[in-house]
Amino acid sequence: MLHIFCPHCGEQRSEEEFHAKGQAHIARPLDPDACTDEEWGEYMFFRDNPRGLHHELWVHSAGCRKYFNVTRHTVTYEILETYKIGERPGVSEKKAVEQGVPA
Amino acid sequence: MTAVNVYQQRPNGAARAESPLYHAGLDELAGKGSPQAGVRLREKKLLGHLVLRGNAKDPAFAAGVHRALGLELPVALTLVARGETSLQWLGPDEWLLIVPSGEEFAAEQRLREALVGQHISVVNVSGGQTLLELSGPKAREVLMKSTPYDVHPLNFPVGKAVGSTFAKTQLVIRHVSEDTWELLVRRSFADYVWLWLQDASAEFGLAIQA
Ligand SMILES: [Zn+2]
Repeated sequence: MLHIFCPHCGEQRSEEEFHAKGQAHIARPLDPDACTDEEWGEYMFFRDNPRGLHHELWVHSAGCRKYFNVTRHTVTYEILETYKIGERPGVSEKKAVEQGVPA
Repeated sequence: MTAVNVYQQRPNGAARAESPLYHAGLDELAGKGSPQAGVRLREKKLLGHLVLRGNAKDPAFAAGVHRALGLELPVALTLVARGETSLQWLGPDEWLLIVPSGEEFAAEQRLREALVGQHISVVNVSGGQTLLELSGPKAREVLMKSTPYDVHPLNFPVGKAVGSTFAKTQLVIRHVSEDTWELLVRRSFADYVWLWLQDASAEFGLAIQA
């Protein structure tokens, strides 16, 4: 059982209160009508699947019912940070390697 | 003035109102349990529930809420109460106001008047949920059997309120006084939670209160 810090509730909560919602920081094209099919398909369907650090969208579904972002290691399951929607991640692949987290 | 259609949603006295646990016949069960029961349960039924949304960082919003309700906007995971009225944080832009039966229409009007011109929403959800009061010396043990959330007083003092998983569903747990807790239950889950609470309380003895 993981304990996950909800940045809205401000405390560690049990994993079962949360749901993962896939890759974070996917910007919707400002003008969908101007997109090619490939661009729209890329936005709509294609997702990164890295081995290592991944920025993900999670929702505190049984708690405050709000979305937030998680930087998670897809091999170790370690959660390195959680942060609110609209904020940028503080942990990146490069920084993590510098800090000794295995890639 | 707002273009929102605000109206009295509670039927007049001629219409029969049934709480989400009407079918359980709690009134008939009341008083029949052992006086030594470790757990007491009461449905605080048919209260006025309003969900208020707005910008917590806007001083005008907090001031308007205070003007309308006489309550400070509660911060994360807390609840403030005065008499039978309570205001609870549900999320960073969302609060639940519970008022005595029949007072929700006036409360909504006061809120809309005090917050006029602001980007807010007030929704009457009275029919969608109910409040169960769990009290007694063993009430906390029933919670411990039901939720992964730490309900020890050090982590869950009086005045705290959290949404969490409970049994196999989700609800909001409110700690209102030392031995008294409230469960905010969705209407369609009320029967399930009622059955769960009977089972979980069986070893301590359960008394229903009117
Ligand atoms: Zn939360």
